Amino acid sequence: MNWIDIGALDDVPLRGARLVKTHAGCVAIFRTGEAEVYATSNTCLHRGGPLSEGIVHDRKVTCPLHNYVYSLETGEVVGPDAGRIATYPIRVEDGRLLLDGDAVGKRSAA
Amino acid sequence: MQKLVVIGAGMATGRLLEHLFEADPAAYEVTVFNAEPRGNYNRIMLSPVLSGEKSYAEIVTHDDAWYTANKVTCRFGERVVAIDRDRKVVTGERGEVPYDKLVFGTGSDPFIVPCPGHDLDGVVAYRDLDHTNRMVESAAMPGARAVVIGGGLLGLEAAAGLRLRGMEVTVLHLSGHLMDRQLDPAASYLLQKDLERRGIAVMTQASTKAIHGDGHVAHVELEDGTELPADLVVMAVGIRPSARLAREAGLEVGRAILVDAQMRTSDPDVFAVGECVEYAGHLFGLVAPLYDQAKVLAKTLLDEEDAFAVREVSTKLKVTGCDLFSAGDFAEGEGREDIVFRDPSRGVYKRLVIEADRLVGAVMYGDTADGNWFFGLIKDGTDISEMRESLIFGPAYQGGAAQDPLAAVAALPADAEICGCNGVCKGRIVEAVEGGATTLDAVRAETKASGSCGTCAGLVEQIMSVTLGDDFVLPAAKPVCPCTDLTHEDVRRLIKARELKSQPAVWQELGWNTPNGCHVCRPAVNYYLLADWPLDYRDDPQSRFVNERNHANIQKDGTYSVMPRMWGGITTPDELRAIADAADKYGVPTVKVTGGQRIDLLGVPKEQLPAIWGDLNAAGLVSGHAYTKGLRTVKTCVGTDWCRFGTQDSTGLGVKLEKMLWGSWTPHKVKLAVSGCPRNCAEATCKDIGIICVDSGYEIGVGGAAGMDLKPTEPLVKVVTEAEVFEWVVAFMQLYREHAKYLDRPYKWLAKVSLDWVRETLADPAERAALNERFAISQSVYQYDPWKEHTAAEQERRYQPLADLTLEAAE
Repeated sequence: MNWIDIGALDDVPLRGARLVKTHAGCVAIFRTGEAEVYATSNTCLHRGGPLSEGIVHDRKVTCPLHNYVYSLETGEVVGPDAGRIATYPIRVEDGRLLLDGDAVGKRSAA
Repeated sequence: MQKLVVIGAGMATGRLLEHLFEADPAAYEVTVFNAEPRGNYNRIMLSPVLSGEKSYAEIVTHDDAWYTANKVTCRFGERVVAIDRDRKVVTGERGEVPYDKLVFGTGSDPFIVPCPGHDLDGVVAYRDLDHTNRMVESAAMPGARAVVIGGGLLGLEAAAGLRLRGMEVTVLHLSGHLMDRQLDPAASYLLQKDLERRGIAVMTQASTKAIHGDGHVAHVELEDGTELPADLVVMAVGIRPSARLAREAGLEVGRAILVDAQMRTSDPDVFAVGECVEYAGHLFGLVAPLYDQAKVLAKTLLDEEDAFAVREVSTKLKVTGCDLFSAGDFAEGEGREDIVFRDPSRGVYKRLVIEADRLVGAVMYGDTADGNWFFGLIKDGTDISEMRESLIFGPAYQGGAAQDPLAAVAALPADAEICGCNGVCKGRIVEAVEGGATTLDAVRAETKASGSCGTCAGLVEQIMSVTLGDDFVLPAAKPVCPCTDLTHEDVRRLIKARELKSQPAVWQELGWNTPNGCHVCRPAVNYYLLADWPLDYRDDPQSRFVNERNHANIQKDGTYSVMPRMWGGITTPDELRAIADAADKYGVPTVKVTGGQRIDLLGVPKEQLPAIWGDLNAAGLVSGHAYTKGLRTVKTCVGTDWCRFGTQDSTGLGVKLEKMLWGSWTPHKVKLAVSGCPRNCAEATCKDIGIICVDSGYEIGVGGAAGMDLKPTEPLVKVVTEAEVFEWVVAFMQLYREHAKYLDRPYKWLAKVSLDWVRETLADPAERAALNERFAISQSVYQYDPWKEHTAAEQERRYQPLADLTLEAAE
């Protein structure tokens, strides 16, 4: 693991999200609870909608374009549709957000 | 226990098993084979799944729990390869199963036009969930085009669904008019117009010559040389009973598997139901006779007497907004007479075909309320000579003055068919209600009425109402979303009554079953709270749809559109220069003049929004709120300023109204217009609120619509002075803000509460004053320019990525 400081926890609104540009593409950082965060691909499998602009509820996000719902824990599509987006290791330490640089860097080489 | 093997988990065999387990759960040990990797679902409802109005989960009729509870061995996703009738064994792909009794429910296969290219990738039939999913997938490609071959029931439902998914759709139909088996040319014409209005292109007498493409379909070529580009081709030209397996097993097969009235094939231990059956020369495609067959076969399998009989069926199209009904035989012929009713402006057409004083056929379009009554007359062969004069006006006009709909339902005989899909008559429903079924769900569970296509649900409720009298309470409307059982109306009422002033308070106090709602309820609850408690509650951007959170409309490529306000549609050279400069500076790809009399800058990336807003702000332009459920525009004509017909200062009035109302949040968007004279150049009569100036004052109309629905405004009041216009318009806005369900435009809200109620409420000057005061309080909080706020540094950061790791040196 190669933890990279990407910003403060409070830069991400509660039940909201922010975007991080990486070599693996755009990554969405979701804040589902006071100190609970998830990182996934920002791109909806359906029509490429920006998931960081979706409504965050429970540990899920709804794509703003056509309401695909994803589990932030697994990246799986919830409901009748199927599919999975990439998820990335992320943690909170002393109010800072740490994203696994290996996970978001490696994919660019592949 | 005897062994029963069923081949095919479809609607007919599903119904058969229900009857069987209900009558004698211990009679058979059941194994079900199904080629599809899933159990039984309501195939009639694939169209709503295609259009996105329903999910697959909502149309499942028998889930895993049901099969488990009834100890059914499920061999789903497994085809049957052979049947050995001597050994009484069915061989599936994964092994043999012995049987005592065998049921074929193999259904039908879609007919694929054998033209060149029919096997290309992207050519699909429309028959099951997999087809539906593939169509949904194709529709996901931006700008994708579909050609639907076949303008029958299924083809049109497919076309409408794909259109709703955003595809460009063309329907090809071989004959001269759509749905030629169910409709006459006049009704078909109205249907075609309706479909074309939705953006579906229709080509009749169109014969497909070939489908072209390199691996994947690229275009369709017609016999006349026309070439239609296509990313998806849907074949919906018909079905063929699936009888191959039966034929190979040595059973007697004609056009389909031959059965007797007990559904028995040429082998006494082998039976068949559904679309794979031929009985007395008839094939079956609609669900009603299939269910009849299932009922008969259940009895046969339990050694009880019953016999299947072919009966009349009626047809309805499940395309939201296209109301059509047809039953019986409506071909022209010797000794046949027509009674025709046409009202072209309402799009209503009714035709009754009469032979020897009996009704033999009925076709209706646009208004199908009396369909079941006519269908009853056809089935029963009722002598209609006595009521011939008023027959076409329906049951309400028989025997004297017009009656209310409930009286018409009360007048139906006990054997009048109510649910065509399930063959349930009025008497059966009354019996169930008298037996204690007092909710629609209970009646549905007991009789199956309204359980398939659902179009008769309203009628069933009316029968319940007639039967129960005052004891019947119309069922509550739908819950807001799966997070709660409460309706929008409940939530609004409880927020006020219990003084709930935060979202967590709503979730806790009202027993939400999710931690913090979902994308459906959150925006609604957020709106209700800010509308009811403007001073206590703070708008929650995280409960806003992206457009309202980012104060711009997201486009399909993830960029946004920027639209400054132009008060009353009036602008200046300086404003136009500022807009042109911004368009140049930010490389805006598209500049569009909108229908709301302003200018839209399309294709701005999120990161640039605060900067372009800052530039526009500097020229005095503010957010046009083109992205909100709130006040959008006030469209005006030039009125007495310039127009030789103008009766009042319509422009000035429009500007003042817009300055008064802008910034307010409403249940859905609100558009206004002010026309300076009854010539109505500002098109005020199709707006949510429209004002027509006349010599003697102002006519205020409300509840117009010019979107999915088209509807003129209805007069609210006529007033003399501008001050009165403001008072009434603001009072109407506030009443709508306080009472309407989230996402109901004013016309939908008015349809629920009635214009009379609104007129009565607003007629009270004290009430109007109170509404005006509450609106002013709300505006003191919410009337501000969000663009200005979001160009400030701490807000501006929100529009930039949190971090950009691509800027760091690669390893």
